[in-house]
Amino acid sequence: MGDEAMSDEVTRGETARSKTAHSETARELIAEIYADGWSRIVATMIRFTGGNWDLAEECAQDAFTQALRRWPAEGVPRQPLAWLTTAARNRAIDHMRRTSTEAAKLRQLAAMETDPPNSPSPSYTSDSEIPDERLELMFTCCHPALNLDAQVALTLRALAGLSTADIARAFLVTERTMGQRLFRAKQKVAHAVIPFRVPPAHLLPDRLPGVLHVLYLLYNEGYSDQQHKARLGVEAIRLARVLAALMPDEPEAQGLLALMLLQDARRPSRIDADGELVTLEEQDRSLWDSARIDEGTAVLERALRRGRAGAFQIQAAIAACHATAPSFTTTDWAQIVGLYDELEKVTPSALVELNRAVALSMAQGAETALPIVEEITASGRLDGYYLLHATRADLLRKLGRDAEAAESLQAALELAPTEAEQRLLTTRLSHRPPSG
Amino acid sequence: MKYLMLVCVDPDLPDEEAPGSPDIEEWVRDTDAKGIRLIGNRTRPGSDATTVRVRNGEVLLTDGPYAETKDLIAGFDVLECADLDEAVEVAARHTMAWNGVIELRPFWVDGDDD
Repeated sequence: MGDEAMSDEVTRGETARSKTAHSETARELIAEIYADGWSRIVATMIRFTGGNWDLAEECAQDAFTQALRRWPAEGVPRQPLAWLTTAARNRAIDHMRRTSTEAAKLRQLAAMETDPPNSPSPSYTSDSEIPDERLELMFTCCHPALNLDAQVALTLRALAGLSTADIARAFLVTERTMGQRLFRAKQKVAHAVIPFRVPPAHLLPDRLPGVLHVLYLLYNEGYSDQQHKARLGVEAIRLARVLAALMPDEPEAQGLLALMLLQDARRPSRIDADGELVTLEEQDRSLWDSARIDEGTAVLERALRRGRAGAFQIQAAIAACHATAPSFTTTDWAQIVGLYDELEKVTPSALVELNRAVALSMAQGAETALPIVEEITASGRLDGYYLLHATRADLLRKLGRDAEAAESLQAALELAPTEAEQRLLTTRLSHRPPSG
Repeated sequence: MKYLMLVCVDPDLPDEEAPGSPDIEEWVRDTDAKGIRLIGNRTRPGSDATTVRVRNGEVLLTDGPYAETKDLIAGFDVLECADLDEAVEVAARHTMAWNGVIELRPFWVDGDDD
């Protein structure tokens, strides 16, 4: 192993293509491998380092950095994934040589060096019943000795390669808080020696909630950034399908698939021709994917017949109300309020309360909903969340309290995560005559 | 890896033994034979406990358990296991996992940071 072996492989992989085409292809290929192979390389490295997740990620990252530097100039190696894995391993060995506390682990490594050095891909064999490697790795990550949030955050970071900032946004916490949570989770993995091992079939249900949340957050990540991360959404739906087929008796797995399908059906109308975000109220419903709506509704109905409605089924039911409504105003808002009541019982949170308040304002008017939003605002529970302030602004405007509305709008604008969302807020909230 | 296994009673559980509870003698024999259980014992109840504090250089004794642990601790074992999964598997076969609650604490290893 070592650099010589890798250069050798690069030379063998050289082709006659021109240098520019070469470097273009190399970069595209690296992006592709990153999307497909990141989780596999990190998983291999977690095992290789004896459970040092930080080091595993760092080495995987380093391997890709090396590839970006070398492949465009030197050519793409014949077995790119094996090259990256070797680079990551070399980096890990260097690190462990330098760190005295890792010396013992290095001795263990000697025993693990039984993989054939030129195996085409990281050795990965398993006789588990999970028919998809990436899903299997997610179940491996979501160890129930970690709390649910820690399972989900660790999996998103290590396997999906999401940044700490992305994960923080998904959990509505600051990047600093998420960084600390990830740190603590990795510390527990290391200190308690939580193994990175594919769980047997009878332990899968214990780990299902973590995996469901991972898939849903991945889906959302893709949904909210169609331009750069659409692939995540497609992959999340694919994995949700595999999972729903693997665990037909788990209604929440079916519920998650239904929720994704129903939400995804509305995706084509979410961004207009100019690339601007369009609110649910203004979306062109004729663009909605009726096949997806039918499929999502059917999956949801089958799940609900089992009589164990969990958070994903309830959210899917809410999405179904929207997806099957002929227009925004004729939506069955009363039923949506009722469903949020149910959701609050299962997973109480300030976010659920806020969404319920929005539905309530449609069902019964802004004056009924405003006190709830005021209560959430006063509690400070969603202080950093721009939609809390945007919702408050919207309700205040409807009640003719324009000065206060303008203040809230300002707060929302300052917190909005992207420019597209800022523009949407500006057009939607500032140029609208008071109504209702 | 060494784990301290704190064996605790659960005041919320009924007095009668849970059906299907494993036999403690068998657990001890098995874990001793496999070299998993390094040491362990039942401990006397909190009424026999003495709490020791040194404050300002003075040794202060209190008759009874440290308030936080009350009468919860019923015994302990030290396990030597490959990883947490093995320790969980061993703990789950202890009768007090069925009739009480067991806490697994990994040992502090030299070189661990806080």
